[in-house]
Amino acid sequence: MKLSGAEILWECLVREGVEVVFGYPGGANMPIYDAMLNYPVHHVLVRHEQGAAHMADGYARASGKVGVAMATSGPGATNLVTGIATAMMDSSPVVFITGQVAAHLIGGDAFQETDVTGITLPITKHNYLITRADEIAKVVREAFYIARSGRPGPVLIDICKNAQIEKTEFVYPEEVRLPGYKPPLRAPKADLEKAVRLIEKAKRPVILLGHGAIISGAEEVIQHFAIKTHTPVAMTLLGLGAFPASHPLSLGMMGMHGEAHCNLAIQNADLLLAFGMRFDDRVTGTLKTYAPHAKKIHVEIDPSEVHKNVRVDVPLVGDLKTIVSDLIPMVDEYEHDEWLQQIAEWKSEGDARSIMSWPDDGKLYVAHLIHDLWEATEGGAIVTTDVGQHQMWAAQYYFLEKPKRWITSGGAGAMGFGLPSAIGAWFARKNEEIWTVVGDGGFQMTAAELTTAVQEGANIKVAIMNNNFLGMVRQWQEFFFEKRYSAVNMLNPDFIKLAEAHRVPARRVTRPEEVKESIAWARQIQGPALLEFMVEQEDAVYPMVPAGASLHEMLRRPVRQAK
Amino acid sequence: MQYTFVTLVENKPGVLNRVASLFRRRNFNIESLAVGRTENPDISRMTIVVECADDWEAHKIEANLYKLVNVIDVQDVTRQPAVFRDLALIKVKAGPEQRAEVNSLAQIFRARIVDVAADSVIVEVTGTEEKIEGMIELLRPIGILEMVRTGQIAMTRGAYEGTRRAPGANGNGWHGDEENALAEY
Repeated sequence: MKLSGAEILWECLVREGVEVVFGYPGGANMPIYDAMLNYPVHHVLVRHEQGAAHMADGYARASGKVGVAMATSGPGATNLVTGIATAMMDSSPVVFITGQVAAHLIGGDAFQETDVTGITLPITKHNYLITRADEIAKVVREAFYIARSGRPGPVLIDICKNAQIEKTEFVYPEEVRLPGYKPPLRAPKADLEKAVRLIEKAKRPVILLGHGAIISGAEEVIQHFAIKTHTPVAMTLLGLGAFPASHPLSLGMMGMHGEAHCNLAIQNADLLLAFGMRFDDRVTGTLKTYAPHAKKIHVEIDPSEVHKNVRVDVPLVGDLKTIVSDLIPMVDEYEHDEWLQQIAEWKSEGDARSIMSWPDDGKLYVAHLIHDLWEATEGGAIVTTDVGQHQMWAAQYYFLEKPKRWITSGGAGAMGFGLPSAIGAWFARKNEEIWTVVGDGGFQMTAAELTTAVQEGANIKVAIMNNNFLGMVRQWQEFFFEKRYSAVNMLNPDFIKLAEAHRVPARRVTRPEEVKESIAWARQIQGPALLEFMVEQEDAVYPMVPAGASLHEMLRRPVRQAK
Repeated sequence: MQYTFVTLVENKPGVLNRVASLFRRRNFNIESLAVGRTENPDISRMTIVVECADDWEAHKIEANLYKLVNVIDVQDVTRQPAVFRDLALIKVKAGPEQRAEVNSLAQIFRARIVDVAADSVIVEVTGTEEKIEGMIELLRPIGILEMVRTGQIAMTRGAYEGTRRAPGANGNGWHGDEENALAEY
């Protein structure tokens, strides 16, 4: 039977299991939107294409499935760019479908024509320009396969308007044939044996867990491995949740704003087992002094990440879950009591400085608020964040026991990510409690999506940490620019009125004694609700490894005595 | 030092752009890039010459090339027994008096005069980079008006293969001898 290109697109999306797409119509994708009405796929109309991209990303991270975002040509497509780059940096499987002007107009600077495959070439795992209807089925099949397999990532399909309209025979390809794309699974036995020899000899090992642990679904085997080898586990920002925070072997987060004892453990380790992480500069500090005594085993699915920042002794390229499963029967049980004792000492030093032991001084501190939120939700909510100080505090104080409950823009650090990613996550897991923690700066970048949440009845809660500052930049200016505050002071709208204009119930919280009750109030509302916390303006995130410093050279929170 | 990579890619529109964009993005310096068809119409072959600090950087280039979905195979043939060739057309300022000099130089280098005009000739020379550089040096004092080079192409001799430094990339290092080495779809 002959179908239009647009119909073929939807036939393929339905076969890929797509239930929801996030998008915005326009001139060059109208045939796609017309055909959509005949297919059982829910469309979420966003207020800005960046919102669609982050929603599809949030959906993908919460569900483990491929997210889909759509936009028209030209400005529609270029508005997706921040969201595409975010998905790329954080290895999130999202398929982007953009309309393009008719094939015969390409290159002629037609209305709303932009070279979208050119623009997105460096920020997609792969992209396609489709000029004929008969290419669509094959390309969509490939795009979903590439997006979700190996190291996941965004794939963009740019479809010319004529290809959407033309009719052709619909043949769904039985298989994907990509001679240049074969994601590795297992590492060779000889390499596993080399790794085992290093593990046997180690006295001070540390496991470094990254996003790959969650993507690979390796949480259980990693727990098994860590317990069997008695190895403490540190996590990257995106690895949080891959290992239970309450587990005695958990060291929490590593890196620039990581736990001090965690960073000290890494710097003093004699073996690092890097599992699905990429030694980003935010987790290593300066490479010159990074983990100087440690042998390194790197389990990683992307060969280009091996030896990229840190040269390793044993690279194991393949699927993390498969490789760790292969390693478990090869290693013996070890005990590292002495090493763990040392780490515990570092930890108790840090606890003395913790903001959690501060006396109540009548002010709101984000760390305390996150702790209250964690208590109220019993650590069981899905938390998305924006980017900045609040993000680091949420990472430090919302202790996660399970994976896929923590959705944040790590590699790209894209402000505006919090609210739309929460809406996307809600579509993946409608029965769960979802909070987005945002700052007053980032929230305003995509605040228009509040109405999208209302229109969709998305049951999400927004917690704005309002310090009337771009807090992280302010903190850097305080620490590294002699407190010369430049363009960080914000005049904000009245967020309560703004929320009400969007038909979102909202409350402002200014005093510590109102916190618990306000969180309880928001939780019992069905649908979106917003809390604005008027927090201490010039608080700083500690510990902090200054950019370019060694990982153990942390700025620590000054000890504060009870009055 | 200069490294030479032989890269097989799918013969599709835009693949050259993907490769070139990758080198720019990852801050690798291309010395030359030659691309053309192969015995298989679905596959193109690129010979890429890159300035690399060491083998680690060569690994980085190789592994990054594999990130491109259209790249099928990458071999580093730098230190392998291989034939390296470059072709240059050199237009030399040569009236009747200098023609004999140019001609004798061309003979020494086994080059050919492929065009003769009133006050210039075009010399075609094929060979390794060093040979062509040598010829250019000798022609320069006579006066080079224009020059074009194809960039280096390379082929390993006999059954030799280049070095593959990125185990795991596109099935690399498996040669089909381990069960389930690759993820199934």
